Amino acid sequence: MTDITIGQAGLYAGLGYTVVFFGLIMLMIVTIILGRIFTAKAKKAAPVVEVTPVERIAPAAPGTAGKLKLHNVEPKTAAMLMAIVADKMGKPINELRFISIKEVEQ
Amino acid sequence: MSVADILLNLWNKSGFAALSAGFESGGWQNLVMIAIACVLLYLGIVKKFEPLLMVGIAFGCLLTNLPMGGLYHQELWDAFMDPNNPAYHSYGAVMREGGLLDIFYIGVKTSLYPCLIFMGVGAMTDFGPLLSNPKSLLLGAAAQLGVFAAFLGAVALGFTGPEAASIGIIGGADGPTAIFLTTKLAPHLLGAIAVAAYSYMALIPLIQPPIMNLLSTPKQRKIKMVQTRNVTKAERIIFPIVVTIFVALLMPDTAPLIGCLMLGNLFKETGVTDRLSDTVQNALMNIVTILLSTAVGATMVGSTFLTAETLKIVVLGVVAFGLSTAGGMLGGQVMCKLTRGKVNPLIGSAGVSAVPMAARVSNMVGQKNNPANFLLMHAMGPNVAGVIGSAIAAGFLLSVFGA
Repeated sequence: MTDITIGQAGLYAGLGYTVVFFGLIMLMIVTIILGRIFTAKAKKAAPVVEVTPVERIAPAAPGTAGKLKLHNVEPKTAAMLMAIVADKMGKPINELRFISIKEVEQ
Repeated sequence: MSVADILLNLWNKSGFAALSAGFESGGWQNLVMIAIACVLLYLGIVKKFEPLLMVGIAFGCLLTNLPMGGLYHQELWDAFMDPNNPAYHSYGAVMREGGLLDIFYIGVKTSLYPCLIFMGVGAMTDFGPLLSNPKSLLLGAAAQLGVFAAFLGAVALGFTGPEAASIGIIGGADGPTAIFLTTKLAPHLLGAIAVAAYSYMALIPLIQPPIMNLLSTPKQRKIKMVQTRNVTKAERIIFPIVVTIFVALLMPDTAPLIGCLMLGNLFKETGVTDRLSDTVQNALMNIVTILLSTAVGATMVGSTFLTAETLKIVVLGVVAFGLSTAGGMLGGQVMCKLTRGKVNPLIGSAGVSAVPMAARVSNMVGQKNNPANFLLMHAMGPNVAGVIGSAIAAGFLLSVFGA
């Protein structure tokens, strides 16, 4: 099968594209089933943690960026960094949540 | 023997004499190929076009076109493919009479190098994003459009079925798969196809964005996707085993490629084969890259490379890449509509394989439209799905046109 007509080529092309879809759809179904099995198992295995009233964290007041951990960074520098990030992203700073800022030493 | 005789003998045995003596009977092709090798070296070194492979390919091309070097013998491989020749399928003849690059090329001919490269790719690939969003496999399938469209175009331009199949697979944007398929179906086109495939892979940041912008609206490009779920270690271990069993049963011809890809990934994920994973990702991958690239470059002999076919392959290659990107984008559009705007269609273009470059381009275009948009991990799903998709496409073409 070397010299083929354009009609045959069209047929093979259509068939090939269908086979690729079929293969990956079947793989998708298998992966979804696998995922569901493991998610269910993980939920079963996860211990239920009772949260005592003391452990409950009060929600941050409107307009604040939440708690922030600083590692070897001056509050002034941290404030400047957060302002730069907010500016670059075009978002108000109180809509962003910063978890921690750490100085990377080279 | 006088000094003059020695000098004359030296001259007669030199490549310069061979070049000047045979200039009109094809020697000029060697000079043109040497110039092409230098251009490819420039692209690899200065322009950083897939340098790890391009430099080796270009240098292999340079070596093979230096007369009298005897590093690569096209006639040996022609005899190897000729059923009427006593040396038909005889690696012994190649080992006995071949040069250094002929011996390197045995690894390409036997598909050893593409498979080992795939093992390294597997060890470097994180299938987590794909596992957390299995629907991205559909985008990997949609992005194979260019493979079959270019195949059709190649037949229309007068190529034979096996040649057209080898040209079409350039659209898979997967170098090892392209080399694997071409070696089996159209070895005489290997040099042109490999150079086209790797050049266009390097040009993905230039080829894809205009097509992505054309096939999506600014509003769609700004869509932020929600964080995907965490994938358990057990899922990561079971996935390569399941894929190997499933794909090898569906497309047995693709078993060497998928088997090696998934074995490499299994080494990475098990947590008990770290040494093997490290070797496959680094030392083995580097050694095989050297052997593969120089051997592929060696096939760029003037008489087979300097033809109108090469030009057609270059054109069809870019068409294949463009249409594969468009296919992925259209798949992304369908998913965007079906999920009512939860999927950013830009991740579809990453389905063309070329890990991780295509995913980075999706992320880059997304961030241009919305700096707060991080699509990289979402695009990695279709990106690795594209590797599996192009391997299945190659398996299909091999089962149709293979001996």
